[in-house]
Amino acid sequence: MDNMTWLVMAIVLTALAGVPGLFCRRDGSGAERLACLLTLAGCAGGLTAVALSLSGTGTPPLTMPWTVPAGAFALELDPLSALFLLPLFVVVAAGSIYGLRYWPQRQNPANGRKLRLFYGLISAAMILLMVARNGVLFLLAWEVMALAGFFLISTQDHKEEVRRAGFLYLIATHTGTVALIGLFALLDHAAGSLDFPAAGTLPAAGSSAMFLLALLGFGMKAGLMPLHIWLPGAHAAAPSHASALLSGVMIKTGIYGLVRFTSFFAAIPAWWGWTLLALGAVSGILGVALALAQHDIKRLLAYHSVENIGIIVLGLGLALLGRSHQLPELVTLGLAGCLLHVVNHGLFKSLLFLSAGSVIHAVGSRQLDGYGGLLKRQPWTGLLFLGGAVAISGLPPFNGFISEWLIYLGAFRALQAPVATLGMAALTAPALALIGGLALACFVKVFGIAFLGEPRSAAAAGAGEAPPAMLVPMAILLAACAWIGLLPTTLAPLLSAAVTSWSSETTAAVSRTAFAPLAGVSLVGWLLLLLAGGIGFWLYRRARQTARDNATWGCGYRCPTPRMQYTACSFADGLVRLFQFSLWSERQGGQVAGLFPATTSFARHTPDAVLDRLLRPLFLQIARLLRRIRALVQNGVIAIYLLYVALTVMALLAFVTL
Amino acid sequence: MIGSLALHVALLLLFAPLLQGVINKTKAWFAGRVGAPLLQPYHDLARLWRKGFVFSRTTTWVFLAGPVVGLTVPVLAALLLPFGAVPAPISFEGDLILFVYLFGLSRFFTAAAALDTGSSFEGMGAAREVTFSCLAEPTVLFALLVLARLSGGLSLNRLLGDHLLAAWQSGAGAALGLILVCLFVVLLVENSRIPFDDPNTHLELTMIHEVMVLDHSGPAFGMIVYGAALKMMVLAALLVRLALPWQTGWWATDVAVFLAELFGVAILIGVIESTMARLRLPRVPQVLIGTMLLSMFALVLVLR
Amino acid sequence: MTALTNPLLLAVILINFFTLGSTRLGACIRIVAIQGALLAMLPLAIHGFTLHAILLATGAFCFKGLLIPWLLFRAIREVRIRRELEPIIGFVPTLALGVLTTAGAFLFADVLPLAAEHHEGLLVPTALATMFAGFLLLISRRKAITQVLGYLMLENGIFVIGVLLSDALPLMVEAGVLLDLLVAVFVMGIVMNHISREFATINTEGLSALKE
Repeated sequence: MDNMTWLVMAIVLTALAGVPGLFCRRDGSGAERLACLLTLAGCAGGLTAVALSLSGTGTPPLTMPWTVPAGAFALELDPLSALFLLPLFVVVAAGSIYGLRYWPQRQNPANGRKLRLFYGLISAAMILLMVARNGVLFLLAWEVMALAGFFLISTQDHKEEVRRAGFLYLIATHTGTVALIGLFALLDHAAGSLDFPAAGTLPAAGSSAMFLLALLGFGMKAGLMPLHIWLPGAHAAAPSHASALLSGVMIKTGIYGLVRFTSFFAAIPAWWGWTLLALGAVSGILGVALALAQHDIKRLLAYHSVENIGIIVLGLGLALLGRSHQLPELVTLGLAGCLLHVVNHGLFKSLLFLSAGSVIHAVGSRQLDGYGGLLKRQPWTGLLFLGGAVAISGLPPFNGFISEWLIYLGAFRALQAPVATLGMAALTAPALALIGGLALACFVKVFGIAFLGEPRSAAAAGAGEAPPAMLVPMAILLAACAWIGLLPTTLAPLLSAAVTSWSSETTAAVSRTAFAPLAGVSLVGWLLLLLAGGIGFWLYRRARQTARDNATWGCGYRCPTPRMQYTACSFADGLVRLFQFSLWSERQGGQVAGLFPATTSFARHTPDAVLDRLLRPLFLQIARLLRRIRALVQNGVIAIYLLYVALTVMALLAFVTL
Repeated sequence: MIGSLALHVALLLLFAPLLQGVINKTKAWFAGRVGAPLLQPYHDLARLWRKGFVFSRTTTWVFLAGPVVGLTVPVLAALLLPFGAVPAPISFEGDLILFVYLFGLSRFFTAAAALDTGSSFEGMGAAREVTFSCLAEPTVLFALLVLARLSGGLSLNRLLGDHLLAAWQSGAGAALGLILVCLFVVLLVENSRIPFDDPNTHLELTMIHEVMVLDHSGPAFGMIVYGAALKMMVLAALLVRLALPWQTGWWATDVAVFLAELFGVAILIGVIESTMARLRLPRVPQVLIGTMLLSMFALVLVLR
Repeated sequence: MTALTNPLLLAVILINFFTLGSTRLGACIRIVAIQGALLAMLPLAIHGFTLHAILLATGAFCFKGLLIPWLLFRAIREVRIRRELEPIIGFVPTLALGVLTTAGAFLFADVLPLAAEHHEGLLVPTALATMFAGFLLLISRRKAITQVLGYLMLENGIFVIGVLLSDALPLMVEAGVLLDLLVAVFVMGIVMNHISREFATINTEGLSALKE
């Protein structure tokens, strides 16, 4: 079978995975195993297709006639699509196994079947979207994905909060779709057909409107900073393995759209790159600052998606600037960093959502300040979460470091380029450093507050380890993260192929020299692992006999309680205050008066800067204004209504005669 | 390769505690005391080495991972950095980012180990540590950007190569002077020295780094102390190479000059600790933002 | 132009930053006095020891380095204030704005239509940056004393440009500028004393109560 057949099989199998369950009993468990099996088979087929296409036995694009006007069933699997598909298959497969125990049909008779149906559908739609080469087909897949996403988010639709998040998502995604329809109409006009043009064929004339529409449509899906409003609520509301899919893979379809769209043009105006750099930096810094201020573990992780999308867009912006100024090395490093971070974020963010789900499953709450001491109760979940946390903070020896390293190198190359104006692009590096430092602070906070110390609630004290069916998928994801981090050279050929297929400015030789230092990174990574492992083993052996029978020194209090520990709120307080100018946190209480103060309380809450501070008040004002106008117009006096009729008739007559 | 690796590691492991000794001696001299002998840090390490552990029942394996990573990271970072005119044994394009991020890794585990005790005191230290380091990191990156612009390469060997001598005398000297000051501030912050932190007291609510390691004991605490000394030597080596990029041509004299320069930095730190008061805590972020802006200004100067 | 000029001008810029970021009035006055003294050396560094340059330098040193700081110190002693406590814009944001305007001054100086020999050095950007810093100080602080310091820095910036052009322009221009400033200090001193006596504060915001 050629790779296209494998791919179509993958799409069909995953799309149909949830269907048999519809004919089974609500409280039976047979159908969910079947669904998982079908999804796994689909993913295996898809991975085979990707592997075949990468090993060089690529087949020509598949094109079939389609009765839809201007539509064509055109599929193609090039290295760019393959790179986006790789994490997709891994995450979908891991999530479907995880779901067996996280959301079993027996315990969720009301919504288990729905969840599995739309989980399969959204996976299939995303695969189709990544390989579609026709505008109509792309939009079709896009809409199926968007709607399936809505049903995934509103799985628990009996909750008010979940319904609100779902509707917000629906509004946001359709605003994006409107922009995309406009984009494809313009693209049709420019290219003469709705089939995707080959890379580097469209002239730059008239492309500005298209770029802005693409930025709105794809940026809305990706969750780029001012357009991220739907993201935190939606990711928090969905079941954890669905959140992993949404955050790890679905928002990357927006990035895929931007990357694919920019590949069409022969020349790139410099302001595209600058716009993306500015948006990426804002997204990255404010995303992580907002994440720091959260105490709901899933909202926190969702804001980190905004941050990572910012990092990805920084890489894309550098690559676009490289194309504008004909600097092949900058193109290679920027785009490779962008694409690798897409893969990496897919892996470690899903890992984090899955392990957060395991914690929520055990404790029954999403509030960080109710956790504590979970590493003793959930040793494996804690270890896996720690791996994900180190990876997302961009620290060696895990994969997050490799992609950020590529983007850093791009920023330094921009500084050394002979083009004077590019010096400003070097500011990407300090921005990334700030993002990295804040992300580190945030994940020290999450890991430390949730897994270390003493439990802060009875539920946390009684938590138990997750079953192997939930741990194994997470372990697979962590292994993938470690693989990319320790053996980055194995991915270099794939990245190189994707970059050269995106832009004709750069060649395989350029990327070979650009990726050569990865061997050095890998060497230091192994050294780190060996040295730390060796010293750690020795210290562990020496410390093993010591009894752990003392309590921690209680700072002089006679009866310290677990509530005296640092909380998520207090840990982040210093940084949140520093970023107060953009976060506008609300603080209540905390003032102590007098020598013998009475009981007092302190609370800090950080609503979303764009949604709750800007859009909601704005739309409330508009709604109030419209209501006032309506009260004026629709005032209940029949004579006035008759006057409207007469005025309308006169206006129509005037329109016709003129 | 093997010889230079061995030389690097030997220099680092042997001389790092001596720097602490020099600082303490300088401070004692300023205070009019005789002070502890220069080799006292070695005795302290040996004493900690022989002791047993005391663990809280709250702690887990993460509590031990902090000291381990804190000791491993400076050793690896030193391998990427030229010691004076002796080039780094491991060098590749882009190792400067790895250098910065390795220290991030050690900060992650040190702070996590502090939170592992469940003590509010150590939580406070961890929170302050990550907060201030966030502000110090962009400064380092600005400084590296300035150096990268001047050298044209992306490895620390190239960045701190012998072109620096000419650069100091050219128009870029001003920018180099600025980043030297900024990096010195970063050195003081990262190594918890006065005026940002006081390494001598544990029991004050104003401490940053030292409260994080309060509950460690025995060999684990020894590893932390040793790791801190190594980190100090690595950052001081960066500074020394930047300030005095001399080359004698023979490795033995190069090493001697390098060590002499390191002790110079140690004496300078001792003088600063003796003559300055600790900053109030709310001033620390302000100073760090100030150095960040200064280093940004240095970048503007070289971009011009 | 000697090698001394660039370090001098850099020190001037660093003093701008220090003044923008410092809360203590005494330290601010002292450092602005040092800035004035450094600038007084500038004519000598640029034009060598000519009579014109020596006159200019001595004059500037006496006014900027000695007389005006002495007046200001007397003023803060009389009204007994030590610190600028509640700036309109906080210290870190002012500092950030200061760096941004300095960077802007550097970019702007490159595009100004100047004679070719003026494009090279740091003179023009330093002049612009110092003027902007003076403006920032004037805008962002409440106390009259800090506002006088702002005027002083503004004048320092103008002085740098004056040094650049002192071959072309007569000495009178410089003297006039210095005189202006002296008058400004006197006026401010009088105003300050009056505000302090009448309203028991030297916040200039109190003046807005006088409108209409």
